[in-house]
Amino acid sequence: MAIHPKEQRLVLKYADEPGYTPSIDSYLAHGGYDMLKKAVTMEPQAIIDEVKASTLRGRGGAGFPCGLKWSFVDRKSGKPIYLICNCDESEPGTFKDRQIVHKDPHQLIEGMMISCFANNVAKAFIYIREEMPYGAKILDEAILEAKEKGFVGDNVLGSGYSCEIVVHRGAAAYICGEETGLIESLEGKRANPRIKPPYFPAVLGLYNCPTIVNNVETLCNAVHILDMGAEGFKKIGRPNNAGTRIWCVSGGVQRPGYYEVGEMTLGELVYDICGGPLPGRSIKAIIPGGSSMKILKNGERYKGKNPDGSEYDWGLEDIPLDYDGIAAAGSMSGSGGMMVLDDTVSIPAALANLMAFYSHESCGQCTPCREGSLWLKKITSRMVHGEARPEDVDLMLDVAGQIAGRTICAFGFAVAWPVQSYIAKFEDEFREYAAHLSDPNADRQAIKELACNG
Amino acid sequence: MAEEKKENLITVNIDGQDLQVPAGTNMVEAVKMLGKEVPHYCYHPKLSIAGNCRMCLVEMGMPGKDRATGEPMLNEDGTPKIMWMPGPAIACGTNAAPGMHIKTNSPKAVESRESVTEFLLVNHPLDCPICDQAGECKLQEFSASHGRGYSRFIEEKNVKPKRTRLGPRVTLDDERCILCSRCVRFSQEIAKDDVLGFTDRGSYSTLTCFPGKELANNYSLNTVDICPVGALTSTDFRFKMRVWFLKESKSIDLESSVGCNTVVSSREGKVYRVTPRRNDEVNDTWMPDSGRELYKQIESEDRLSYSTVNGSQTSAVEAIKAAAEILKGEGVAIVGSGRNTVEEQFVLKQIADQVNAKGVYLVARYGDGDGILVSKDRNPNVRGALATGLISDLPAEQLSVLASQIDSGEVSTVLASKEDLVAAGLSEEQLKKVKLIVIDTHASATTKNADVAIAGLTQFEKSGSVINQQFRIQKFHKAVPGPVGSIDDLAALSAIQASLSGETFPSVVGTVWEKIAAEGNIFEGLSFKGIADTGVLLDGSAFSGLAFVEGKSLHFEPKLEAAAAE
Ligand SMILES: Cc1cc2nc3c(=O)[nH]c(=O)nc-3n(C[C@H](O)[C@H](O)[C@H](O)COP(=O)(O)O)c2cc1C
Ligand code: SF4
Ligand code: SF4
Ligand code: FES
Repeated sequence: MAIHPKEQRLVLKYADEPGYTPSIDSYLAHGGYDMLKKAVTMEPQAIIDEVKASTLRGRGGAGFPCGLKWSFVDRKSGKPIYLICNCDESEPGTFKDRQIVHKDPHQLIEGMMISCFANNVAKAFIYIREEMPYGAKILDEAILEAKEKGFVGDNVLGSGYSCEIVVHRGAAAYICGEETGLIESLEGKRANPRIKPPYFPAVLGLYNCPTIVNNVETLCNAVHILDMGAEGFKKIGRPNNAGTRIWCVSGGVQRPGYYEVGEMTLGELVYDICGGPLPGRSIKAIIPGGSSMKILKNGERYKGKNPDGSEYDWGLEDIPLDYDGIAAAGSMSGSGGMMVLDDTVSIPAALANLMAFYSHESCGQCTPCREGSLWLKKITSRMVHGEARPEDVDLMLDVAGQIAGRTICAFGFAVAWPVQSYIAKFEDEFREYAAHLSDPNADRQAIKELACNG
Repeated sequence: MAEEKKENLITVNIDGQDLQVPAGTNMVEAVKMLGKEVPHYCYHPKLSIAGNCRMCLVEMGMPGKDRATGEPMLNEDGTPKIMWMPGPAIACGTNAAPGMHIKTNSPKAVESRESVTEFLLVNHPLDCPICDQAGECKLQEFSASHGRGYSRFIEEKNVKPKRTRLGPRVTLDDERCILCSRCVRFSQEIAKDDVLGFTDRGSYSTLTCFPGKELANNYSLNTVDICPVGALTSTDFRFKMRVWFLKESKSIDLESSVGCNTVVSSREGKVYRVTPRRNDEVNDTWMPDSGRELYKQIESEDRLSYSTVNGSQTSAVEAIKAAAEILKGEGVAIVGSGRNTVEEQFVLKQIADQVNAKGVYLVARYGDGDGILVSKDRNPNVRGALATGLISDLPAEQLSVLASQIDSGEVSTVLASKEDLVAAGLSEEQLKKVKLIVIDTHASATTKNADVAIAGLTQFEKSGSVINQQFRIQKFHKAVPGPVGSIDDLAALSAIQASLSGETFPSVVGTVWEKIAAEGNIFEGLSFKGIADTGVLLDGSAFSGLAFVEGKSLHFEPKLEAAAAE
């Protein structure tokens, strides 16, 4: 994919270079594994400190500071410490990790080895989405190559440090991406997320041992932090939002795709890089960070106070494209899966589609998510099948409210937030939809086609 | 242990009330200590915490600490400032920590419970009128006490299998299952037979057995007991009786020396089921399936319903008179039983002394111990026979000594209680050589050859006590009356003793105990009434030299017992 001039590529720097292949030769020719060579000469704690100082935040969804996560690991238990690379990439709208794995697997392996060395990990896993068989094969081959060269396995680069990396293919469910569900799945069980407390991965993770779970993109950044130094890394992006991010833009834009950028606004990404809406259309709303995140409406003003007391007043396009910017606008940057909804999209139909997904993917363990998600699916599909009732809007809000914050894992929020935010921003559309489509003369076939989930 | 706990007491605050609890107590249990209840489904005190039903949501807060100084934050009145969590927390998965505050009845907590109740009902078939669990169903109870009382669900409900055979004794109605995973955890953690799991996802999740497996272990019916709804049903009990008609009597599982505590449920003189009764020192909340079947002996084909003298039917009184006459002769041997109660064994001992018995025997009965709640010793009360002095050594499986005594003519009369002597190694010829009196419940080669056969009672028809492998004396109570022609074994034995001694002798459990306790043995100071519902641990050290056969099982460690006895 052509690199847009406004991009600032770090993690995907070489991935799309002509002639660049996933083989170790390509990687080595571009300075690959130099940072691992540097790392094994360092004190592990110095690496952790550097990552902490870089303020790198997790790229998997929650944006948790990576160095802080590493510092929570129970190092006194005497049990082995595991590291798991979360490559389940199942959040709808997200397709960045697969670029890394398919095009530059050695960067991930190097990032993992640096992280493993820093955290005294002797066994690491890459939990890769079942539906990425090709990626799993590439990773397996890459690990073999890296082992041959002494970057992985026994006595890494003669340092006396040893660490194995195992590629594990996932169990083909969205919930396998939730870190404790992932751990259960990796242990060979059904991916039912664990209760926290007590099962915080840093203390009671894989096989009840301390475990670090990080996203693919997060781990790759370890290489660049060692390369640029924490200070250099922090120069990219606003404070507390250090480094680049890979955004996956899909939906109603002229040039959908993945773009790695530094500091910019949402408008620069959507209009300048992605070319804005298709001809004759306009942007209605944007889901900024994967389907679980709250929707942002175009035309709305996003106002508030910065931590320093100054005030902001943004249009959709002015929102700073990073963790804190999107959070200030009332949503989250999540996994970076940005979905652009143009004016042809029916919001209730979009919600019905999402609810079909979430009710299908709920692990079914805890009552509010299990029953609430399917109830919401049933309501929304009934709505888009022309049997909406005026009271449905309030009912949906109630049901969502009964899920949010009462479940075992954050999936509950992923179900509730879309409902709450779509209705908050587009209540009129829901109400009109209910009024209009309860009309016995409504074109039911057209409605059915809108509801992609049949 | 008790002292250690005391040191770890911490103070928590529940609905404004301070309470001292051992550190680590979960909030469901802590609230219970205040005599209140946090409604719950998936939590079970004897299983791991799953935290999936979300019924136990409460508000939770901890004393605040100033971030900068680490100093406790205080309210204006100087009390610690409580920082409440923004969302509710599950009480079952929240362990007491110093200063923890919870609210079980705040609007938020109430609303959380109402929400969960609504969710649990949206796909529930609401078939209470034909559900066995009705009347003892947590979902039914909590829907009444914690539900909103109306439904907002107009969609189609999910459809799931209604009668899946999970194993020989358990039938599943998947539509009623609330997916609490108690049964799954029980199978893994207690029965150690990992056969249950869920297929599908979300609201379509369905409980099943793993392919090629079934829920057939000897503990399978415990899943029925702990299933909070009517999903898991006992194939035996299914559709037989509405539970609110059942009378409950506290009892003991007499299939082995473990002595699981049980409840016998009966109506109008008929037993319908036997279920476990909690005893944290013996069986927790579990019991084997095999012990639940024992009630079927009450109405079995070969049940003795009247007494006989020389083969002809007679009243119990006549039979007792005849028995006493015979026992006045010489050369009497007594075969008691490890199935007799302590009281019966005590009276048998009196009779043995009275007739100057040539021998007193018990018949050992061994099987495999399962390491859980069935022990190797399949007699429930060998220790009772030792403690009452009826025997002084562990019994043998065969009555070979008695056989030679009969052959030599040393023994010419045998009084047997609850044992088939032929099964214990005597030949019918040997039985024919002696005057034979037997008190038993079921026909056997022995009762057929008896000169006097007295029809006694099963454990379900009488009260009494037994001493289990831990030397814990436990009592059971009469649940149903015996057959019209039968007599309480204890009453029969007491009448015989009275007739032999020419003195009155107490004939009911309570008064027999006055005599037992007066003997100055390990029962000193005890009375039948004084035996707690969960039993009383006796000092068995006098018998520590004996090579008891039981191995390790739940709450029983054979070696430890020997060590403690020293
Ligand atoms: C329902 C759900 C699905 C998730 N799926 C993914 C996923 O596919 N990939 C991922 O990296 N993180 C996913 N996460 C986030 C992980 O739980 C975890 O926070 C993340 O892997 C941590 O990595 P990071 O700190 O590097 O971001 C998911 C979380 C939830 C609640
Ligand atoms: S919130 Fe949903 S996905 Fe998460 S544990 Fe509960 S049922 Fe499973
Ligand atoms: S069958 Fe009963 S015990 Fe088992 S998961 Fe369902 S409701 Fe719970
Ligand atoms: S009882 Fe606490 S979550 Fe079920």
